[in-house]
Amino acid sequence: MSGVGTGYDISCTTYSPDGKVFQIDYAGKAVENSGTAVGVRVKDGIVFGVEKLILSKLLEKGANRRIHTVDRTIGLAYAGMTADARQLVNRARSEAKNYRSTYLSTIPTRLLNDRLSLYVQTYTLYGGYRPFGCSILVGAWEQDGPQLYMIEPSGISYGYYATAVGKAKQAAKGELEKLKLTEMTCREAVKEVARIIHYLHDDVKDKDFELEMSWICPESGHQHQAVPESLLAEAEEAAKASLVEDMEDD
Amino acid sequence: TTGSYIARFLPHFASNAPLFFTMNNTDWMTKAHSMGTSIMAVRFAGGVVMGADSRTTTGSYIANRVSDKLTPIHDSIYCCRSGSASDTQAVADYVKYYLNVHAIELGDKPLVKSAAALFQRLCYENKNALQAGIIVGGWDKKKGGQVFTIPLGGSLVEQPFSIGGSGSTYIYGYCDAHYRENMTKEECEQFVINSLALAMARDGSSGGVVRLVIIDEKGVERKMIPGDQLPRCVFEG
Repeated sequence: MSGVGTGYDISCTTYSPDGKVFQIDYAGKAVENSGTAVGVRVKDGIVFGVEKLILSKLLEKGANRRIHTVDRTIGLAYAGMTADARQLVNRARSEAKNYRSTYLSTIPTRLLNDRLSLYVQTYTLYGGYRPFGCSILVGAWEQDGPQLYMIEPSGISYGYYATAVGKAKQAAKGELEKLKLTEMTCREAVKEVARIIHYLHDDVKDKDFELEMSWICPESGHQHQAVPESLLAEAEEAAKASLVEDMEDD
Repeated sequence: TTGSYIARFLPHFASNAPLFFTMNNTDWMTKAHSMGTSIMAVRFAGGVVMGADSRTTTGSYIANRVSDKLTPIHDSIYCCRSGSASDTQAVADYVKYYLNVHAIELGDKPLVKSAAALFQRLCYENKNALQAGIIVGGWDKKKGGQVFTIPLGGSLVEQPFSIGGSGSTYIYGYCDAHYRENMTKEECEQFVINSLALAMARDGSSGGVVRLVIIDEKGVERKMIPGDQLPRCVFEG
């Protein structure tokens, strides 16, 4: 079978004539097959939301978390291959732990982002390794304010006010651009993120999904915690209601 | 032997009583340089005042009467060194190097706590080999002025002010009685000068001049008060 990168896409050690390393691009495709993950940085904290596509009715609700805590005030959400992301979560925890052991302080988010980016990039250099098949969102609360970073399989990372990865990332980013993030509070952001994920979920292609959300805000003591069940339920109700409204408008 | 040479030609040294000075006493060639020392650091709202005496001894010989025991670790972080001169210099050099690397990766000035943590790591992990009592002081934008003390065993304690070195034993009462919270920079300077003058007067291993380092947001200022200009605070009869 011939495709775009035929002949130049076997391993990370080969460039294509137009300067691409196709294995990294293919890793990105693996991310795009996964449920959407959204992260926003607002006035008083960080909110993560993940669309967990339910593969089987036998799966226990609430198990199989997609958002992880790296250090008390740092959270990590992802889209892509779950097993790969778990490795990165472990690496992030290790970096945070070692920093704390050496310097007796929380690792600055920018530093954690740099270290993880370097680690992810390393796996794009060798023929014996494949790139990580996940994009990760790193969010934290610091004394200067909240911070949000996103790291792609290539190892490129940027700081964001809001970003999305996974299936509906383009559409999600479009919705996020409409929001006034610097004036929003975390409570409001929870509702918005829930609404966006519900809105962008493709009922036709995908089956049911479970919404997992976490936040770092004054209400959580600036620690990374799951959004309280009552607030999550409220947000999902509002999201579903607004969907119905949209349909009725049509 | 040279000892009996003296006994023959200087008869009043002929007795068996121990001699204060003998020709084969080469302490100064072999004994480690010790910084008997009086050191001190006090924090105020906008920074810290750090002070030290200037005497380094080998046994009873004063090897250096104008030593500088206040060592820069980074732009706004200094340390006071007491104990073995070589040990504390080596440790301070390591911390300076590690902190420099850390600051470059961080892209920002390091925290005083980070410097103190590095000192503690080295002093604790090598406690059997080292004789080092260190006070770390400085300013950072997160918490302002801070003083951390790392005594011999390698523990780490943050304090509003800290005293160290052999001379400090003589001024615990004085410092406890005269320290007040929320002193101004000038009051802190005077507190340090008075305390160190008293320690230097009573401790044989401390003396010389008082060196001060004042660190705040704007930077570092160094001062030196010669011994004869120190306040006279010991009863002289």
